[in-house]
Amino acid sequence: MNRLSWFNAVSLTLGFAFLYIPMIILIIFSFNESKLVTVWAGFSTKWYGELVQNEAFLDAAWVTIRVAVFSSTLATILGTAAAYVLVRGGRFFGRTLFSGMIYAPLVMPEVITGLSLLLLFIGIGLDRGILTIVLAHTTFSMCFVSVVVSSRLVTFDQSLEEAALDLGCSPAQAFRLVTLPIIAPAVISGWLLAFTLSLDDLVIASFTSGPSATTLPIKIFSAVRLGVSPEINALSTLMIAVVTVGVITASLVTKRAMMRQKQDEMAAARAE
Amino acid sequence: MNSDVFAPWEDPQAKPLIQFQNVTKRFGDFTAIDNLSLDIFEKEFFALLGPSGCGKTTMMRMLAGFETPTEGHIMLGGQDIDPIPPNKRAVNMMFQSYALFPHLSIWENIAFGLRRDNMPKRDLEDRVEEMLRLTRLTQFARRKPHQISGGQRQRVALARSLAKAPKLLLLDEPLGALDKKLRQDTQFELMDIQEKTGTTFVIVTHDQEEAMTVASRVAVMDQGQLMQVATPDRIYENPNSVYVADFIGDVNIIEGRATANGEDTYQIDWAEGQAPLTATSAKGFARGQACHLAIRPEKVTISADRPADAINAVQGKVHDIAYLGNLSTYHVELPNGTIIKAQTANTRRISRRSFTWEDPVWLSWTATAAVLLAD
Repeated sequence: MNRLSWFNAVSLTLGFAFLYIPMIILIIFSFNESKLVTVWAGFSTKWYGELVQNEAFLDAAWVTIRVAVFSSTLATILGTAAAYVLVRGGRFFGRTLFSGMIYAPLVMPEVITGLSLLLLFIGIGLDRGILTIVLAHTTFSMCFVSVVVSSRLVTFDQSLEEAALDLGCSPAQAFRLVTLPIIAPAVISGWLLAFTLSLDDLVIASFTSGPSATTLPIKIFSAVRLGVSPEINALSTLMIAVVTVGVITASLVTKRAMMRQKQDEMAAARAE
Repeated sequence: MNSDVFAPWEDPQAKPLIQFQNVTKRFGDFTAIDNLSLDIFEKEFFALLGPSGCGKTTMMRMLAGFETPTEGHIMLGGQDIDPIPPNKRAVNMMFQSYALFPHLSIWENIAFGLRRDNMPKRDLEDRVEEMLRLTRLTQFARRKPHQISGGQRQRVALARSLAKAPKLLLLDEPLGALDKKLRQDTQFELMDIQEKTGTTFVIVTHDQEEAMTVASRVAVMDQGQLMQVATPDRIYENPNSVYVADFIGDVNIIEGRATANGEDTYQIDWAEGQAPLTATSAKGFARGQACHLAIRPEKVTISADRPADAINAVQGKVHDIAYLGNLSTYHVELPNGTIIKAQTANTRRISRRSFTWEDPVWLSWTATAAVLLAD
């Protein structure tokens, strides 16, 4: 392995320090004994204990998880369907317009998305609560899903679907038995993306949530306005841990699958 | 049938399995298939041959049901199949990319079509095992497609498309992805399997050698039209047009004007100061009609002296020699600049070769060696 040059080592350190110092400080202070966030008074896990007993935080966490699961599932179904039609639907009238329009929400300011959804919900007389947050999150995360899924579908060999039809599948069976299993990794990563987007969304949720439903990011944000407590640090550390474990697991699984595939292909090439 | 030679196309009583009836297919302004009619008979190994973009793949996709004719009809066993979707047709296809399902094992790939028919479990297992044996894949049954070699994948694709015992099997460039040696072995394997199963095969290919090897009849296509449909030997020996003569194999084309000279014999004036050539033709030519004389290089004899009894003989000098190992092709330049190719089998060691560059030589051929074609 090559040793890094002096210059590269410094660049690397600076870059990663920039990215991770704030988070490391947060994690360190989550184990602070003192109630004062910025003064170190010895190691303690008491804030984690208090966090577990904080009903308001637990409620908010439960709301957040339910919203994330429902909205990401709904977004995955709608996003996959949209991607499928846009990639496979042939050249129907307005296709270019539609494919442009599906990407537009990606760059739309969240404030505008949130405000327009709020106006819609008021307009149709829908009480704000979990349902409205789920709908709102589905709206903005389905385009992310469709971007991920359509990039997979573009490289998907269409003759696989034709082969399924040729062997007696109806178009619906061909999708269920051949297309879906093959694009499953993309669909799953679309779902995970939608899930994380929903987990940490503050702006849109604050427009569309009601008194009956508060998500964790809203709770944290409003708590912080009253002053940062070590409890918030502990909560944030837990969230970082969950996300880290998820990301590492996902990348390990993908890497292992890729390595196995490579080994198989090499073995097949040798057998030739 | 009146003899043991398989030739249902010559039997007026024989009913074709597939009939293209004045089929036209357009994609927007582009006409892929132009008013084409064709009969294909049961148990035939039929090859559609042509350059890319000639419409051969469109023909196959119409048979499979992925495209429908713009005009005309396609009949399968006397039934108009245009309104029948691909999953309801007794036609299976082997795809150029093989299109093996990567998430299923070899066994499940072959069983896929049978499962769609709700075949009883025992029958299904028997059928899959039979297909595995037929294609010599039994030991790979549990593997996934990416765990086997290219040649094995090709056999899986064949087994999968044959498993449902279709009336008609379509093969889209089935050997295109294999290297030359494997391709030649596989061609004979394909013929063997076709004979064993008695299935009608329609193969699409741009490789003329492959078409000639495997097929009972070959259709040469160009720009959405059939140029000639005949057995491989007739296509080679009696091409009906300059296009077919030129597309299949190597050929010398000499342009000239025909004059009748006895029954079925013509004299061709082809160059200033050169003696006219003589060729026989069953087809009539008017006096002075422009014509092309097509001569295969292997039918041209090369010699140092003018052969005494040769009807057609021209003199030139060796311009180039293409040495292919078993054969040598001599490019001989005539005084007027025309290049004529003559091919000889290298029955002697190369060091004993009689001719070399710039040697004056004589080329000769018989009156029946060449084919006289209209403009």
